[in-house]
Amino acid sequence: MAAVRVLRRAVRLCRGRAASGARPPPVPQRIEEKRRAALLGGGQARIDAQHKRGKLTARERILLLLDPDSFDEYDMFVEHRCTDFGMDSSKNKYPGDSVVTGRGRINGRLAYVFSQDFTVFGGSLSGAHAQKICKIMDQAAMVGAPVIGLNDSGGARIQEGVESLAGYADIFLRNVLCSGVIPQISLIMGPCAGGAVYSPALTDFTFMVKDTSYLFITGPDVVKSVTNEDVTQEQLGGAKTHTAVSGVAHRAFENDIDALLNLREFFNYLPLSNRDPAPVCECHDPSDRLVPELDTIVPSESTKAYDMLDIIHSIVDEREFFEIMPTYARNIVVGFARMNGRTVGIVGNQPKVASGCLDINSSVKGARFVRFCDAFNIPLITFVDVPGFLPGTAQEYGGIIRHGAKLLFAFAEATVPKITVITRKGAVQIIFRGKEANAEEEYVDKFANPFPAAMRGFVDDIIQPSTTRTRICHDLDVLASKSQSSPWKKHANIPL
Amino acid sequence: MAYCNRFNFLFLLQWETLCSRWCLITSHKLYSTVYDPNEKTFEKLLIANRGEIACRVIKTCKKMGIKTVAIHSDVDANAVHVKMADEAVCVGPAPTSKSYLNMDAIMEVIRKTRAQAVHPGYGFLSENKEFARRLASEGVTFIGPDTHAIQAMGDKIESKLLAKNAKVNTIPGFDGVVKDADEAVRIAREIGYPVMIKASAGGGGKGMRIAWDDEETREGFRFSSQEAASSFGDDRLLIEKFIDNPRHIEIQVLADKHGNALWLNERECSIQRRNQKVVEEAPSTFLDPETRRAMGEQAVALAKAVKYSSAGTVEFLVDSSKNFYFLEMNTRLQVEHPVTECITGLDLVQEMIRVAKGYPLRHTQADIPINGWAVECRVYAEDPYKSFGLPSIGKLSQYQEPLHVPNVRVDSGIQQGSDISIYYDPMISKLITYGSNRAEALKRMEEALDNYVIRGVAHNISLLREVIIHPRFVQGDISTKFLPEVYPDGFKGHKLTDLERRQLLATAASLYVAEQLRSQRFLGTPRIPIAKSKRSSWELSVHLGDGIYPVAVSKDGSSFSVEVDGMKLNVTSEWNLASPLLSVTIDGTQRTIQRISRNASGETSIQFLGTVYKLQILTKVAAELSKYMPEKAAEDTSSILRSPMPGTVVAVSVKPGDMVSEGQEICVIEAMKMQNSMIAAKTGKVKAVHCKAGDTVGEEDLLVELE
Repeated sequence: MAAVRVLRRAVRLCRGRAASGARPPPVPQRIEEKRRAALLGGGQARIDAQHKRGKLTARERILLLLDPDSFDEYDMFVEHRCTDFGMDSSKNKYPGDSVVTGRGRINGRLAYVFSQDFTVFGGSLSGAHAQKICKIMDQAAMVGAPVIGLNDSGGARIQEGVESLAGYADIFLRNVLCSGVIPQISLIMGPCAGGAVYSPALTDFTFMVKDTSYLFITGPDVVKSVTNEDVTQEQLGGAKTHTAVSGVAHRAFENDIDALLNLREFFNYLPLSNRDPAPVCECHDPSDRLVPELDTIVPSESTKAYDMLDIIHSIVDEREFFEIMPTYARNIVVGFARMNGRTVGIVGNQPKVASGCLDINSSVKGARFVRFCDAFNIPLITFVDVPGFLPGTAQEYGGIIRHGAKLLFAFAEATVPKITVITRKGAVQIIFRGKEANAEEEYVDKFANPFPAAMRGFVDDIIQPSTTRTRICHDLDVLASKSQSSPWKKHANIPL
Repeated sequence: MAYCNRFNFLFLLQWETLCSRWCLITSHKLYSTVYDPNEKTFEKLLIANRGEIACRVIKTCKKMGIKTVAIHSDVDANAVHVKMADEAVCVGPAPTSKSYLNMDAIMEVIRKTRAQAVHPGYGFLSENKEFARRLASEGVTFIGPDTHAIQAMGDKIESKLLAKNAKVNTIPGFDGVVKDADEAVRIAREIGYPVMIKASAGGGGKGMRIAWDDEETREGFRFSSQEAASSFGDDRLLIEKFIDNPRHIEIQVLADKHGNALWLNERECSIQRRNQKVVEEAPSTFLDPETRRAMGEQAVALAKAVKYSSAGTVEFLVDSSKNFYFLEMNTRLQVEHPVTECITGLDLVQEMIRVAKGYPLRHTQADIPINGWAVECRVYAEDPYKSFGLPSIGKLSQYQEPLHVPNVRVDSGIQQGSDISIYYDPMISKLITYGSNRAEALKRMEEALDNYVIRGVAHNISLLREVIIHPRFVQGDISTKFLPEVYPDGFKGHKLTDLERRQLLATAASLYVAEQLRSQRFLGTPRIPIAKSKRSSWELSVHLGDGIYPVAVSKDGSSFSVEVDGMKLNVTSEWNLASPLLSVTIDGTQRTIQRISRNASGETSIQFLGTVYKLQILTKVAAELSKYMPEKAAEDTSSILRSPMPGTVVAVSVKPGDMVSEGQEICVIEAMKMQNSMIAAKTGKVKAVHCKAGDTVGEEDLLVELE
């Protein structure tokens, strides 16, 4: 079908040229012309407009995201196929259409990228646009490399109607098939509305750029006509809303450059696929470094707050912690760090916020993170200091039983190395246990006596807090060869 | 270390010639505890203090075989002095009035632990005659002078009379107790402006205010009397002639209960901010042997006049013609005592304990040497860019003392993970360096400051380092006005020379590249590397201050060749990116730098020559594109008032709807016992008040908003 279309178009093009009487320029020159046109996207005027909005162009973004000279572009010559509404006139044709796709390297490691070009039809998604994205997703899944989407699109290509919508369906399907196979990251760098939001929502991580990106199902105008609510774009779907209120986005960055450079750093934590181990970087921080402040950092009174981030920073390599969802459900802390160079996922209760209790939002936040780590061979380190689940009608009516179960499910299901450190009180320590394979350690505490749990073998050891880093690094080395299989199933039925 | 041993050994010989049966026990650098095992001493001693001075006392007690009891407030339960002591008892909650000043609780601990003696350190109860009296009544030895001397010297007016009678030079225009503001003005006029007003009972420079006219006298009277009442429960004030441009030089004295008294040379303490000492040294560059002897003899005369026993300090103001005037006598161990210990080799804490036990002094005036030179820097948790230091609080996330630098002594009572709280003095440590001469001691201080790792709180290392390398300081041309004179617009950090700027840019760029290279090294990856040939050159753009500098880095074996401003520099280091200290050699010049922070966006802060510089390093491409990034609107700071430091709100003088004029006092914040008046930055109507009297506020907390 597609082939026929292309043929038809070719015939048409030839006819057009024959009619004008001029000889077509030689092929190498035409290639060069097309290439130049592709590099210019929607033209200088639109590029300037994009810059004026404080945004970079699709190609500039790729340039910053990938290692220098590492980008290999695909489908630069693809054009949209719409003939309605005058779309087939040559001025409405842009080589490459409204998305730039290809592969490249981030710190030497392979990544597939698509970057929507707002200067071409507002970055709208045509059938060809979707096809380009699907092509790199298929390749990425086959070779086992992450897909990074840089979203900046006005939505569906209105002139194409169902073809555009079908394109979304194709992308969604691949998002789902790739889920758990290769890491998928979305960076929202402009508008992303309507059905388009569901592709980022299906990926593993959604990041946003502050002040210049929006995510919503329906915009403020429609909201006004349906529910009579007055709301701005920023309030409805800005970075602040999604990183602090809705939990849709995992982190927000100051501007395009900040976002892309952070994405490079984030990428280094991820394995390339579910068939690759968690990456190990060169590490200068000694694995046997003692952390003396841990002996005093946790207050002996069980009600007094402290900052779990202080503990995490002091234990991990070089105090580097890439926190995921730092402003949402702050009573639980999740994120990536390294131990002796190896990527680990860290989950910690945060006594500083709401006493570190578990509620609906923190359970879901924790569960999703744990499942990502488990899918991609990233060991989990859990710091426990929890008074329990948050009581109350709001929580019960909201389904804390169902949502809390997600966290239990995720931890129990996870087969990656799991190390749990109880820093003070583990009201639900039993929840965090994966029966055999996880090493549990516990801090000595004056008041909450660790002996009952230790005597029954629920915790593996009671350790001197200052030796936590040494012990975790050592345990991770031992657990690197951990192998655990679950009974055959089509998939588990996590309580959604 | 080897040098220190030699140093101690030197004194061992000296003592042995004096009295061969004494043996030398010392583990601490730069002073010698010459301990005679046959000399009976206390079995158990309680230290009624916290922090570094408590630790300092415990160290000597350990060497003397005395068991120690620490007291602490509940927030200090894990403090270093608590861990060091043989026993530790909590005496109350965090506020000092309920813990370290809580005499009932402390007396109870003394009874319970059967401590035979109490060392009060400095501050808190060290000059409290009531405490000394209560100890005496229970037969517990107070390590310090007797009640009479504390009382006589604790009262500024009485002490001056005594000094006068002992033929000690006193400040002209000295007068009596002040009852109200009018009387204050009358007295001030009599003396002649400028005058100094302070609480009669207050020690050191705390609460000292200088008035140049009637209005300032009234204001000074109001503040000082308030502070006097709140801090000392004694609202008497002192007004006296203010000596312009003076030096603050003090004489350490040591006296026993047998009528012997010695002067242990001087300490130069002129470098002060807000009348609190920052840098001290011994000896002083300013004194000639005659002046030194004259001051020493007057100090000893005063000590003898009050039958002083124990260690004490007689403070003098010295004018440019080397006229000296008695200021006050501190009847306790001084914060800056280590510099005296360094040049004399004596352990002052040990001498205090011996004297208290009733032993006569072991030395004569002729035995007291000036060996070498010692400098002390008070390292404070404070922001030196705000009036030379406003307190900062927080957790010491990383802390490493420069003890690997030779001839460095650090007296501290904190460790990594310790909290610097609003309740106590924000001093982190006393950093002391010693050398055979002043230049050597100062050079070591420079090195020690560069090698000092303090993270998590603001600190004044930058100010200290600038002071000790300032040409005026190096020449010894100093006065108590040094800081305001040298930095009339406030301290702004080190000013980079062109060469230093290039060195910093080259170092920062090299660090960036080292980091980039490392982030490409993955270990044990099963994949075939697809990277093309390794990069060996980088074009960067570095943003520092107001300038943007193109920097080209190329890798040249293990070092980097960096081109900045058309100049090529060679940068070598081990590039250990986890170490808090990084030794870098730039074209043969060794620098110890500290990378304080970095992030993915290329922003980094680097401590270079003591000052922390903020830089942003981007590739040339990213830097060119950054011009398109939107400017984020900054907050209008003139219509909001934020707390410049953590503290307690003492008073709020406005309410919403009030009109305030520029410069009008809006509220008063008390922090570390200092009252600070917060004023309006513009004229306007008060929109909202976010604090009330009694509130605890953090740094940068919003206090008041104007319309």
